[in-house]
Amino acid sequence: MTAVESIGTAAIEHRQDGALVIRLAGSWQLRGSRPSLAGLERELDTLPPLGTVAFDTSELTEWDSGLLTAVAMVFESCTRRRLNVDRSGLPEGVRRLLALAEAVPEKTDARTSEMEVPFLNRVGSIYLSAYDSVSEMLAFMGAVTLVFGKFLAGKARYRKSDLLLLVQQAGLEALAIVAIVSFLMGLILAFVGAIQLQAFGATIYVADLVGIAMVRDMGALMTGIIMAGRTGAAYAAQLGSMKVTQEIDALATSGVSPMEFLVLPRVIALVLMMPLLTVYADFVGILGGAVVGLTMLDLSPLTYYQQTVNALSFGALAGGVFKGSVYGALVAVSGCMRGMQSGRSASSVGDAATSAVVTGIVAIIAACGLFSVVFYILGF
Amino acid sequence: MSQNPASVPEVTVRNLTMAYGDFVLQRNLSFQINRGDIFVVMGGSGCGKSTLMRHLIGLNDPVEGEILYGDESFTRAEPERRERMLRGVGVLYQSGALWSSMTLAENVGLVLGEFTDLGPDEIRDVASLKLALVGLKGFEDFYPSEISGGMQKRAGLARAMSLDPKMLFIDEPSAGLDPISSRLLDDLILELRDSLGTTVVVVTHELASIFAIGNNSVFLDAESRTMIAQGPPTELRDHSDNPKVRSFLHRGEHQVMGSENG
Repeated sequence: MTAVESIGTAAIEHRQDGALVIRLAGSWQLRGSRPSLAGLERELDTLPPLGTVAFDTSELTEWDSGLLTAVAMVFESCTRRRLNVDRSGLPEGVRRLLALAEAVPEKTDARTSEMEVPFLNRVGSIYLSAYDSVSEMLAFMGAVTLVFGKFLAGKARYRKSDLLLLVQQAGLEALAIVAIVSFLMGLILAFVGAIQLQAFGATIYVADLVGIAMVRDMGALMTGIIMAGRTGAAYAAQLGSMKVTQEIDALATSGVSPMEFLVLPRVIALVLMMPLLTVYADFVGILGGAVVGLTMLDLSPLTYYQQTVNALSFGALAGGVFKGSVYGALVAVSGCMRGMQSGRSASSVGDAATSAVVTGIVAIIAACGLFSVVFYILGF
Repeated sequence: MSQNPASVPEVTVRNLTMAYGDFVLQRNLSFQINRGDIFVVMGGSGCGKSTLMRHLIGLNDPVEGEILYGDESFTRAEPERRERMLRGVGVLYQSGALWSSMTLAENVGLVLGEFTDLGPDEIRDVASLKLALVGLKGFEDFYPSEISGGMQKRAGLARAMSLDPKMLFIDEPSAGLDPISSRLLDDLILELRDSLGTTVVVVTHELASIFAIGNNSVFLDAESRTMIAQGPPTELRDHSDNPKVRSFLHRGEHQVMGSENG
């Protein structure tokens, strides 16, 4: 059998009694080709009010929703023009299905209408939502601080096993990615610095450059950003899906505070692990710089080591580590906050994870800027 | 109404209005749940049954009106006091809402560890007993993701019962269950009421379940956004003067049952 192409046709003619007859023939199917009934609108306009529209389907072979949709459109046009429809010419199945579709009247206020929002209105609402977001973050941080106080007093309720698992996930399992990124970071810093310093014959200062940059800022900053993408997003997704499955409601009605049980161990895990990861990132970054120093600049390992050690101070290291733990707290708080605020659908869990990463990174950068100013004033 | 003179109010709802933002879901709800009742909250989809339950257990706050536990206001209680009041309440959520990072025994045992002086071994024994009651003996060390939906629901009931609550709130007990499991759950709810005197509040639109267990009810209507009937479900089915309620309780099959049938 050859492939039969499904083709539907429509013709319009006026009957003796003044009625308009729509002659549908051939195969009216969604997959085949069907004529548009746009020309019909004009024909309908020629009919007097209360005129009649009838159908002739004697040559119709096959039909599916393709025909139903077209006929339903015709019905609607006729209702608008107050024309009568004679349905007797339609196949029995079509008539029954259309009767079913019309059984419940259309809910008129359900369709959302696109409203044009004035420009100033939009600016205002963006400002308001940014303002709300900041005050939400402050409120959440306040709640975390209260819970932290309870933890220090030994009264917080959480599971030790959860905390250990979270520490492992945020610490040990992040080592590889932190190593790769910081090694390349050190390498790039050294390479860029070397090209500039070669012009002055001062290549030995590459060691100072990499050491100071990594230890003071870059180590903590890069680790913070990695953790925002890695762990902050994970926290938001975990808490968000617990919200969807009502697990968080179940905790609340069981009298177990979700802040203590879920948020606290996550914040502690990151605040504990970030300083360690920062030191680790500093070290690996300096190693990356050393690779450039030893191979490209032909410095001896001992000289490079000496130069780096002389450039660094305990204060710089401590400052970097401190920044690291603050970034950790920021990442954990924004991840948990977005998770707890998540709506109850799959897409809102995705939104929560996205906005956790954005909030986390913005908070880190803002804190980094603040630290630079404060540390400068304090003379670090 | 068949108001038992000895009935003690467990929960009283006074003039409650529930809303999400500007959208009022239900207004002017006033009813009373008595001790030992199996109280059914019914109504069509989207009328606010589950939201009403969330209000009754303090997950949402009413826009207007008040909820009393016994003769003490739950709505106006301080958070600590509210937490204490909720200790006498167990909740079974629609999908079970088991904590996915914990085994079934840990799920049931968590609140026991928080609010009793039991040691770990005793907690485990109590948890096993509760799981056995819902037919899950031997599943103590399974994680929620390793058991079927019906079993999750039963485990959720075991968790809700862990502290022998005075009151049990159940959201859509038969949703997602096969007819037999759903019937078993109904039997379990009746048994709990009869043996422990637990008051049970059930949110459902499952007719078989409503007639099998409910002895009192309230009917929420989505269109008029308020309650349009209250009383024992069978009585409402046979004698309600509201056609909407009768139609609902007859699955829309007897469209008009004239009062002459009465």
